Amino acid sequence: MKKLSWFNATSLTLGFAFLYIPMIILVVFSFNGGRNVAIWGGFSTKWYGELFNDEKFLNAAFITLRVALATATLATILGTIAAYVLVRGGRFYGRSLFAGMTYAPLVMPDVILGLSLLLLFKVMFSQSGMLTVILAHTTFTMCYVSVVVSSRLVSFDKSLEEAASDLGASAFDTFISVTLPNIAPAVISGWLLAFTLSLDDLVIASFTTGPGATTLPIEIFSEVRRGVKPQINALSTIMIGIVTVGVLIFSILSKRQIAQRLRDEKRAEASA
Amino acid sequence: MRSTDAVEWAYARWLDLVLAAALALGGFLLLEHGSDGSHVTGGVMIAVAVFMGLYRISRRVAVIAVPYLWLLVFFLVPFVIVIKISLSDIALAMPPYTPTLDPAAGWSGFVDFLGKLDFDNFEFLTMDPLYYKAYLSSLKIAVLSTFLTLLVAYPMAYAMARAPEEWRGTLMMLVILPFWTSFLIRVYAWMGILGREGFLNSFLLWLGIIDEPLVILNTNIAVYIGIVYTYLPFMVLPIYATLEKLDGSLLEAAEDLGCSRLQAFWLVTAPLSVPGVVAGCFLVFIPTLGEFVIPSLLGGSDTLMIGKILYEEFFSNRDWPVASAVAVVLLLILVVPIVLFQRNQQKQAEAGK
Repeated sequence: MKKLSWFNATSLTLGFAFLYIPMIILVVFSFNGGRNVAIWGGFSTKWYGELFNDEKFLNAAFITLRVALATATLATILGTIAAYVLVRGGRFYGRSLFAGMTYAPLVMPDVILGLSLLLLFKVMFSQSGMLTVILAHTTFTMCYVSVVVSSRLVSFDKSLEEAASDLGASAFDTFISVTLPNIAPAVISGWLLAFTLSLDDLVIASFTTGPGATTLPIEIFSEVRRGVKPQINALSTIMIGIVTVGVLIFSILSKRQIAQRLRDEKRAEASA
Repeated sequence: MRSTDAVEWAYARWLDLVLAAALALGGFLLLEHGSDGSHVTGGVMIAVAVFMGLYRISRRVAVIAVPYLWLLVFFLVPFVIVIKISLSDIALAMPPYTPTLDPAAGWSGFVDFLGKLDFDNFEFLTMDPLYYKAYLSSLKIAVLSTFLTLLVAYPMAYAMARAPEEWRGTLMMLVILPFWTSFLIRVYAWMGILGREGFLNSFLLWLGIIDEPLVILNTNIAVYIGIVYTYLPFMVLPIYATLEKLDGSLLEAAEDLGCSRLQAFWLVTAPLSVPGVVAGCFLVFIPTLGEFVIPSLLGGSDTLMIGKILYEEFFSNRDWPVASAVAVVLLLILVVPIVLFQRNQQKQAEAGK
């Protein structure tokens, strides 16, 4: 392979600088001891101390985490079934409507989804709260799960499932012991995607939330609307740190798994 | 491996229907007598009972029904409600619009209800310049920022595709990583940089390039920067995907036939990367049009974007009918690019086969 030309090297450097410098500045200034938010006033962790003393952030973080866990689990179940129905379900009445509905939330603006769900919840429930946020989040994240899982299902060899059912397994047994283990990586990525989307969402949550269910993005948004707050820098740093570590661990694990699979396949070929 | 022996045993003895009947009964009792929280439990119990009954009749139908009904209830029905409220008038009541449908009034009540719906809110949207200016300025911001994102993303994607193969995985991960970090935080990071006393101004003042702090935050420039920054990965990845697949021998052939490198780029690489560029443009343009967070954190009071207007119409003015009408019109505007995008994706999928 030839080396990068100066043009390509420059565009990569500038591009990644643009992507990462804002976050690096944010992280660095969360350790700023000075009163001015943009002038370095010595290293200090006082904003972290203030952050941890502020109960509303801890509460909001706890609520957000609970919502995201419930959402990711529900959305993974529903999204996996939706993908299975779309890829393996054959023709059925209203299939194109169903396909459209699993696709539309991906391209719909958050404000419209939030508004329409809020109007529905006003009819269904007397008060909004954590449950309504979970229902709303599940509805839009299950579509992402469905996309991830169906791309895996399409590439997965159908004859394995047919073999299982020829050998007498029921449809349910086939799904549990043949299909599910094979699509498991996609299901796990789907769960992670739904989890982060739910953690991240501000607009849909602020439409569908109620008293006692203020999520972390809503809390952050109402804090920073007026300007930069050092505590929020500290909070952002913690969140960026968690995500970075999580993504690194996940990518190392999946790399290892792929390497393991390649080794197994080679061994199987050699013994055959 | 039979993981479901116990289930099969129960199934053969019709125990599932017994359970379903119990669940349905319990659900109805909760709906009749319970408080708000147990209404939910009751609803869930009835839903499970219906599923179990359906499973008896047809397993396939039961499995299809689960995600289908969920999306009907939580996606399609809300839309019908939005359209209905957009045709209603604002009222000082709860719910704050009129007319409301009263199922007790029967068919004549329904006809009466239909007669009271009108297009006043849509007329209002055309009369008040605020709205059509907001739509136009959203379109302008979305188009321009999509173009700017393309300008930044293309060289990056190109360089990534040209990078040594062992780097590509890492480069890809570096592009995706910001996507996993909170959107809100990425937008917020720019508030600290672009503000009057922000990092950029302090830095430039310190360097002596400027004497007066630049006003960037709370202008449209900041909105453009925010959009390009947050949506960059959505543009880089599809372009990279097409460029990576590009057959290098085509470029060699072009150069052998006497093309300069620039000509080879324009005549071979650029046309072949069009599908990726189109996909990336849609992926940036569609969500940008309804964007709310970026204009409200980085934009100024004169930044008109329809997502922000809708939010404020609903939460500050509490005008549900007008907010719904704004949403309906935004959706109508979005239908064209969404359909075009889907066609493009299908064409690509077919070409890939």
